[in-house]
Amino acid sequence: MSAAGIIFSNIHDNNIPELTRNRTMASVPFGCRYRLIDFTLSNMVNSNINNISVITHYNYQSLMDHIGSGKDWDLARRSGGIKILPPFITAYANSSNSLYSTRLEALKSVFSSISKIPDDYVVLSDCDVICNVDLKDMIRNHIENGADITIAVKKVNLTKEKAKINVLIDSDENGRVTDVKAGLTNFEGEADINLNIMVMHRRYLQEIVLDAIAHNYTSLTKDILLKNINRNVYRTYRYDGYFACISSSQDYYASSMELINDSDVRKQLFGVKNRPIYTKVRNSAPTYYSPDAKVKNSLIADGCQIFGEVENSIIFRGTKIGKGTVVKNCILFQDTFTGENVKLNCVIADKNVVIRDNKNLSGDETLPFYLSKGKMI
Amino acid sequence: MYKKKECVAMLLAGGQGSRLYALTEKTAKPAVTFGSKYKIIDFPMSNCINSGIDTVGVLTQYQPLVLNEYIGNGQPWDLDRMSGGVMILPPYQGKNGADWYKGTANAIYQNLDFIRRYDPDYVLILSGDHIYKMDYNSMLKAHKSSGADCTIAVLEVPLSEASRFGIMVTDETGKITEFQEKPKNPTSTKASMGIYIFNRKVLEKYLIDDENTPGSNNDFGKNIIPNMLNDGMSMYAYPFEGYWKDVGTISSLWEANMDLLGEAPAFNIHDKTWRIFSRNYAEPPHHIGEEASVSNSIISEGCEIQGTVEHSVLSNGVVVEKGAIVKDSVIMSNTVIKSGAVVNYSIIDGDSIISENAIVGEDAESAKGIAVIGSGLCVEPNVVIASDAMINNDSVDGVSVILK
Repeated sequence: MSAAGIIFSNIHDNNIPELTRNRTMASVPFGCRYRLIDFTLSNMVNSNINNISVITHYNYQSLMDHIGSGKDWDLARRSGGIKILPPFITAYANSSNSLYSTRLEALKSVFSSISKIPDDYVVLSDCDVICNVDLKDMIRNHIENGADITIAVKKVNLTKEKAKINVLIDSDENGRVTDVKAGLTNFEGEADINLNIMVMHRRYLQEIVLDAIAHNYTSLTKDILLKNINRNVYRTYRYDGYFACISSSQDYYASSMELINDSDVRKQLFGVKNRPIYTKVRNSAPTYYSPDAKVKNSLIADGCQIFGEVENSIIFRGTKIGKGTVVKNCILFQDTFTGENVKLNCVIADKNVVIRDNKNLSGDETLPFYLSKGKMI
Repeated sequence: MYKKKECVAMLLAGGQGSRLYALTEKTAKPAVTFGSKYKIIDFPMSNCINSGIDTVGVLTQYQPLVLNEYIGNGQPWDLDRMSGGVMILPPYQGKNGADWYKGTANAIYQNLDFIRRYDPDYVLILSGDHIYKMDYNSMLKAHKSSGADCTIAVLEVPLSEASRFGIMVTDETGKITEFQEKPKNPTSTKASMGIYIFNRKVLEKYLIDDENTPGSNNDFGKNIIPNMLNDGMSMYAYPFEGYWKDVGTISSLWEANMDLLGEAPAFNIHDKTWRIFSRNYAEPPHHIGEEASVSNSIISEGCEIQGTVEHSVLSNGVVVEKGAIVKDSVIMSNTVIKSGAVVNYSIIDGDSIISENAIVGEDAESAKGIAVIGSGLCVEPNVVIASDAMINNDSVDGVSVILK
């Protein structure tokens, strides 16, 4: 059994417009040293999936910069490895020059690449699924049950708002999918949500994409899943570990804070034996804490220099916290520089932000103050 | 075929480092952990790539497993190249029998074939047991402009310490007129750093002559350099200024680690213009807990700190539990300091466990020496380890070996 991976890098971009202004959802920084796509890539690599295509859409320079040759995920391979599939636009004006907006349209646009996949199975995944899942087990489960598509789900307790933004999946006692519901406005309680990770046979994927091209279908859920739900066998694969999907800026902030406050979350994401999360290596020096540094309940990456106080914060690589500076409940991205006696509370600072001496900035947990990339204050 | 290189570096990394005792039980000295996330060999390797030298032969002999694995294909130092790159050179069996490397000169002699492949004009000889940042390229420039056959990097040392080094006496142009190996009454303060640039043809001739001299020590300092000087070859000293530390002893290794601390550290590893590269492991960021206190320390990825860390250097994956205290110490990868344990003025190698309420070492002021615990050992609960103890197996009461 061998499997290939396909990752959608721009799905859900408009969920967090601030962070995706200059980058894809896939390359949104998360957890001190990662980009969102690292979780999906690592899950695939840890499950022996070594032939991965990343479908991009727009502003994907940061993603290309992050992935490079793929060697940090052991994906710089003679055959297979990682491949970025940018949008395919011809030089001649024709109707197919419009950019896709759904997963199915994205798949249609890379059909020639899909038709050449040599592996038996294909794992389709979104780029913003923060989890550590054993895809090998999921594929095994898929084969054993002879399903056409296996969809990863997790049972969660949903509020009304959460039910609205998630795709809910109903299944019978055998795990066969009976209904797929999106955009419910009046549901709360326990339900299986779609983790946006799917396994299918290469031939089945080719079939549905060809079918979609022939009929001009656009939605994977409506035009494929729901239409064939009685004819084909769609099954669920239950995942019980930690899962987060970023559906808003508040979500991003809350998921980040969960990493600091819940050691179980860290264990389920980073502490799984034989399934580490890989990321681009930056060769930073270890982090230095000065004699006056005071740090509490924080996650801190390498390459930082801390002369001040840090509490309940996530500090990315290469950040400098100046003397007398107090940072609380913040997320400071790569190479943030804070001068002396700065006070920050509930601030998200994008890459390379400089905050000069004596500045005082504060947001709220429900609405963190966002500083865009390269801002100087 | 092989692209010609102007200069090839040969890095002597076979040293046992016997004065590091427990730390070099299973690893060669160049593979000893230093400065939280580095190994000693990262410094000369990074210097090479930062100086534009992309062909490095690493000569290994003693306990090479960890070292070989660490260097791998050279990718962390950007030395995985189509032409050149890093190459591990262990001793080998030849037609006329097998030889260990008998000395530093013999090690290079046995690998002359490696050097010849690249047809270099110059050969840079380095050793894998010093901590420093140096631009070999500017040394090469000085070598070329002086027209020397050999250039030796030298460091100014206090006259009182000069008798521990190989001392170069030079004229005002930097030309070496006399060489004194560990002299009783030194007449110069220019100490050899063990870094040499040779014109390749000259080096080849002297290595071959030396090999044919019965009773030779086959050593650069003892044989090659004095022989060249006696023959009146043109030899120059290249003065180096900056931080340089031989980490051959427990106390110098401890000191060099502590030199990374402080607001203006004696040795700056945060310098972005001269980065030190190292092999990275996929570990999450480190977490500092609610009741933790960390000051004047350096900490790396994967650590979980709930206790107190003061004036210490912690490698990746170290756990300091609630109530534990680590002070004036060097803790290497994945060691666990359990709650209530106290580690003071010590070096603890990787994968060890200091159990609950155990005490290792003493306050630096009152201690007789630095306590050293080897790798993969467990200090049982409530056990006290003396300040100058050197523990590398379970021969001591209260210490057991962790079986993997």
